[in-house]
Amino acid sequence: MNTLTHAHPGARRARLRLPASLGIGAYAFLLPTLLLVGLFTVLPIGYALFYAFHKVDILSGQASYIGLRNVGYLLEDDKFWAAAGNTLRYVLIVVPLQTALAMFLACLLQGRLRFKRIFITLLFLPTLTSSAAMTMIFMWLFNSNGLVVRALAEHAGLHINFLGDPAWALGVVMLMNVFSTVPGYMVVFLAGLQDIPKSLYEAATLDGAGRFARHWAISVPQLTPITCYVMTMGLIGCFQVFDQAFILSGGDGGPENATLTFTLLIYHFAFKHYNTMGLACALALVLTLIIFVSTLIMNRIVKPDGVNR
Amino acid sequence: MPRLSAMPAARLTLYAFLAAYSLLTLAPFCWALLTSLKTTREIAEGSALLPLAPSLEAYRQVMQGAFTTWLWNSLSVALAVTALNVCFNTMAGYALARMRFRGRGLVFQGLMLLVMVPGQVTMVPAFMIVARLGLVDTPWSVVLTSAVSIVYVFMMRQFFINFPAEIEEAAMLDGYGPFARFFRIVLPMAAPALATQSIFVFMGVWNDFMKPLLFISSPDQYLLTQGLNAVAKQYAKGSSWNLIMAGSIVSVLPILALYITLNRYFIRLNDQSGGLK
Repeated sequence: MNTLTHAHPGARRARLRLPASLGIGAYAFLLPTLLLVGLFTVLPIGYALFYAFHKVDILSGQASYIGLRNVGYLLEDDKFWAAAGNTLRYVLIVVPLQTALAMFLACLLQGRLRFKRIFITLLFLPTLTSSAAMTMIFMWLFNSNGLVVRALAEHAGLHINFLGDPAWALGVVMLMNVFSTVPGYMVVFLAGLQDIPKSLYEAATLDGAGRFARHWAISVPQLTPITCYVMTMGLIGCFQVFDQAFILSGGDGGPENATLTFTLLIYHFAFKHYNTMGLACALALVLTLIIFVSTLIMNRIVKPDGVNR
Repeated sequence: MPRLSAMPAARLTLYAFLAAYSLLTLAPFCWALLTSLKTTREIAEGSALLPLAPSLEAYRQVMQGAFTTWLWNSLSVALAVTALNVCFNTMAGYALARMRFRGRGLVFQGLMLLVMVPGQVTMVPAFMIVARLGLVDTPWSVVLTSAVSIVYVFMMRQFFINFPAEIEEAAMLDGYGPFARFFRIVLPMAAPALATQSIFVFMGVWNDFMKPLLFISSPDQYLLTQGLNAVAKQYAKGSSWNLIMAGSIVSVLPILALYITLNRYFIRLNDQSGGLK
């Protein structure tokens, strides 16, 4: 319990003399949090675990135990595999892309730079915008009448129906996510770059290392813990993508399941079909497991503590 | 790095790239803004980039409908959620950092664990609980389910751990009880942490799409993001993109205003705990 008293030795003495009634005081401070977390997080998790192994009848509220059969149904469902494929592709493309771009921009913005504040302020804009508004704007950009489509048609002679073509729809969602998450991660990288000792760069410069050499030999390895953090957050975020896919496809994951993600499928099982509450909960648990395992794997690959600091 | 200024070509490329990326960032917003100033017919004809006769007609039309109701709904829900979060998260963080009580380790570890569970797991059962409480289709469904956020409990705990203990000791010697110490001494000094927390909670609720989608079904109870989606569904076919873009821009404005006034808080929190999306 060193966290409590690590600040000052004097504090420890004082704390030990505090009256015993403080235990109740502490729970008074925690009560609202514990109550709300209990009601809307712990209890639902319990229910989810229960329903995942049951068939739930919505009207009667009756649940009958069916063991792992929910998972069996999932594995037989084409939609599950469509969602799995989409989500996997999404993660594999978006996570590296947003991490690399965020790091690249942060490195550009590092150091003394004129208009730095203005650049950061401008670049941060997409992170502030709600996914709903952002999706509207992107739908308009990639609409058949939209700027991107028209520009491609006029200058390259390409006529692509981005939103209606299964080959492209998910790409628009990916682009949107990269666009809106990069600035946030960029700021995280910027903060990480500040912590790298300047002496490292000075020494490298004296050794005759150019800008790129310094970047690869110092910035990138020193940033590994931050990179790992950004990739983990990106991974979790990508596995949970919902808003953009929902709005873009009008809620159904189309065209031809091209934008059907795990979360969208959970939503369908829970609220669109009858008596598939149990499937929704089972899928949510499967998703949790997938997120957990991939986070572990990624942390193995990008070792956060592997750098010689 | 003075050496860099000796390389004008590299500097120039750097500025050019940053300017280009900034333009790329701004372009969608600018185009949305320009579209919102056009007429529906102009959009259908696929005319030039700039509106021929810019007018605020789309804004007037959007604000006439249910949009104002949704704005108010979102504003009141976001304010309520922010107030509750600041209050509850801060109290819990303070207790976890500064108070010694039975079960503290358990509470802390438990919360740590819960933060890792993705929202999808709780989504369906939480809906059932909200329904059983009779809160579906009321703003309370969103307010109560968002009233605490464990991430900020941790943030406040971290803040209070680093808060100098002497100040509280002095207050204790002056005869302040735990509640008086918390509300009259600690809270005022925590103002910057409270500000960052409020901004991000407010932004989170304001921009949230999934919760209102699950819990709220009648159009007069919609929150803004949900309403925006409804507007889009209604108007996209008639290619009334000027209305949709006007709605989008109006929905972004409050956060934008907040960002411009409190810019430093936005960037600072990201320094500490990373992005939140």
